[in-house]
This record gives sequence, C-alpha cells and structure tokens, in this order.
Amino acid sequence: MKHVVNQNAEAVVVLRNVHKSFGPHKVLDGVNLKVRRGQVTTIIGRSGSGKSTALRCIDHLEKVDSGEIEVCGRRVDDPNVDLKALRLDLGIVFQSYNLFPHLTVEENIMLAPCAAKGLDKTRARDLASEVLASVGLADKSNAYPEQLSGGQQQRVAIARSLAMQPQVMLFDEVTSALDPELTGEVLRVIEELAAGGMTMVIVTHEMAFARRVSDQIVFMHSGRVWEEGGADILENPQTSELKQFVRSAP
Amino acid sequence: MIGALNSSHILYLLHGALWTIGLSLIAFLGGGAFGLVVALCRISPIRLVRVLTASYVQLIQGTPLLVILFMTFFGLPALGLNIAPLTAAAVSLTAFVAAYLGEIWRGCIESVARPQWEAAECLALTKIQRMRLVILPQAIRIATPPTVGFMVQIIKNTSLASVVGMLELTRSGQIINNSVFEPFLVYSIIAAVYFSMCYPISRWSQRLERQRSAVVLQSVPSSLT
Repeated sequence: MKHVVNQNAEAVVVLRNVHKSFGPHKVLDGVNLKVRRGQVTTIIGRSGSGKSTALRCIDHLEKVDSGEIEVCGRRVDDPNVDLKALRLDLGIVFQSYNLFPHLTVEENIMLAPCAAKGLDKTRARDLASEVLASVGLADKSNAYPEQLSGGQQQRVAIARSLAMQPQVMLFDEVTSALDPELTGEVLRVIEELAAGGMTMVIVTHEMAFARRVSDQIVFMHSGRVWEEGGADILENPQTSELKQFVRSAP
Repeated sequence: MIGALNSSHILYLLHGALWTIGLSLIAFLGGGAFGLVVALCRISPIRLVRVLTASYVQLIQGTPLLVILFMTFFGLPALGLNIAPLTAAAVSLTAFVAAYLGEIWRGCIESVARPQWEAAECLALTKIQRMRLVILPQAIRIATPPTVGFMVQIIKNTSLASVVGMLELTRSGQIINNSVFEPFLVYSIIAAVYFSMCYPISRWSQRLERQRSAVVLQSVPSSLT
C-alpha cells in the first residue's frame, strides 16, 4: 500500500533551469524538478538522457554550468555551499555499490557516523546493527564486501547511507549491475523505505518498480524533463518519445 | 699467498654486511617518510606544490645515485659543510628513495578507484578523513608488493656508499681483497651475501603480488565477468 504524500509538503529538492555540458556535449538543457518531503520521484529515460547527471548535480558530484539547485533550503550551486552539511542531508547509492573493500560490513556502516558525526563506537555499532537488520542482513556484519553477492553489497550500501539518517536518499541505477533475481531483493528494500516515508529520488530502468513505488515519475529526454506526473503518465504518454520509451521498456 | 682468507676476514665482512642492512633500513625509513610526503604533494590541489615535487622527482630520477653521493660527500664540504660518510650516504639514499617510492606510492594512491573517493565524499567525510580512512588503507595494499620489491633496489644501491668510504659490505670486501688479493673469491662471497639478502625479499614481493591478484580477481562483481 502506498502512503499518502501531502501535495503541499515543503519542497526539499528543487532544480530550476539547470544546464550542464561535458565539453561540447550538452547533457542537461534546462532541467526543472521539484521533490516534496516524503515523496518518491523516479527519473526514467534512455541512456544518455541526462538522468544520472541530474542526480549527481544534486549531490554536487558534478557542478552545474547555470541554473539553481536547492536541497533542504541550501543552494547547491552556490560556490560557497557547505558541502559537509549538504552531504549530511543527502544519502546516495551508486550503481557500483562502492563499499570500502578494506572494511567489514559493520565498519563500512560505522565509518561515516563516527568520522563525520562524531558518534562513539558503541552507539555507531548499535546503529549499524539496526540499519543492517532493516535491509535484512543482520547476520553479515563481520563479512567483507567481497564475500557478499552483488545484491547483498548493494543492500549494505543502502544501509551505510541510512546510518547517516539523511533527509533525502538518491539512488543512481542501483540495480543495473545486478542479475534479475538479485535486483528484486534490492528493490524490495527501497520499497520498504518508500513505505516508511523516506524522500527519495531514484534513477532507474525498472519500469514495473517505477510504477509501484513512484509518487512522481519524471521522463527525461535530450537533457530535459520531457514529461512528468504520476504513474499514469506511463499509461497515457503525451509525447511520442515517452510512448516509444514505454513500448520498448515495458 | 700473502694471507689466505680466514675467519677474521669473514667476521669483517659480516660486520660490513650489518652496515649494509643498517644503511638500507635508514634509507628505507627516511626515504619512506619523505616518500609519503612526496606522494601526497604530487597529488596536492595546489599547482605550485605539484610542480615543485614533480621537479624534485625528475631531478633525482635523472641523476645517477653515484653523482648525488659525490655531491653530498665532496660537494658539501667544499661549501664549508663537513659531512661524515655515513651521513652523506644516508642523506643521498634518503633523497633517492624518497623520489622513487614517492612516485610508486602516488601511482598506488591514484589507482584506488575514483568511485571510492566519491563514496567517501558523499558520506560527508572531510578530505583528510577520506585520505586517511578510505584511500590510504587501500593504497597501502596496492603498494606493498612494489614497495617490498623496491627494497631490493635499496639494498643493492647501498653498495655505492663504498666510494665515499662508508664501511659497508662492498667496502669491507675491497679492503679484505687488498690484503688477501683473491678478487674472484672475495667478490663472489660478497655477491652471495647480497643475493642472500635480496632473494628472499624478492620472493616475498612476488608472493604478495600473487596474493593481491587473487584478491582482485575475487572482488570483481560476477556481472562483469
């Protein structure tokens, strides 16, 4: 059952006319987006449509050329933005998991709460077992990443982000490197988070998942938001590009 | 025969061998400490720092160690700075090792995958925390086999210190040969002693290399194989 999102909740992520080029290649061509607290937004589109870049701009992993990005009232495009504060508000999960291979699962999760938030070891360990239980991996705390399957590694990566108690979670094609049977276990974790009211921006190719989980679906094409709306935009696409996309990616 | 090789000669050689080990350790520890500074300066965000350290590395790597030794031992006294053979050897070798290890380690730090930096950054770690907690521990694993391998180079290069009168293994051999005059025998013994120091380290480095590639193979995600 999907939870009800207050359509008047405050906007926690806002993009206004965002432009970004890599050399001569225009990747974002005036992107506008608004994500409200508690809302799940999925960004869909072909490879190269700019969806991952948009997500990376929100987390300041890429700098925008022009336009405004606001996260929890903080201007990300401001050259003097407090990056640490921004990263405390945002959690991000990557396609390639990016767990720290030299640390156990538990240490991966404890690292940032201890180093960035000054939590003591005991409380960080409690926190780690709590978030690990929430992704169904309570028994893996002493394993090293290389001993886990891709799906398990990705769930640990989600747990590692959750342990920082972010306001907003970003997911960048988190199941694209996974076999179909491992994809399911990761998507279930994200759906549980959605049900719990976490604000999320999800870049994905999993259309069925997008239909189930989204309050807002954003279809990107040629570096722009081509269509947006509720899950119904997939049933009634207005543009030929989205029609074609839905047909080719059911 | 003027004087056949006897046990006191062998003891003398062993004494020299101890100095070779000692000098190698000084060069490794000193060069390692400065090498870490070189490696970090080479990836500094400040351009001037990068350029200066790169020039230092180029200068040392483009100069024979023997000439660096001559500069410190004969050159510095000419400028009014008297320097003992041990000091000259230690300083020269440290400068030499720092340049090479610094470059090896820079490569290792940079070879830690870019996404690791990003993941650490997105977890709100400061630059120093990222380096200390995430990047360096992984870089050290990558760096261990080539660093151990380079120790062999250090040990062999300490033999150059003999030319400034440092009484290490090679110099002890020269002195003994001057009295017993059996160059082939004496230098063969010396070669054997160097080999017995270097070979185990070389094998150790190879074993570390093999272990590492085994780990790398294991950690490739199944979807990419």
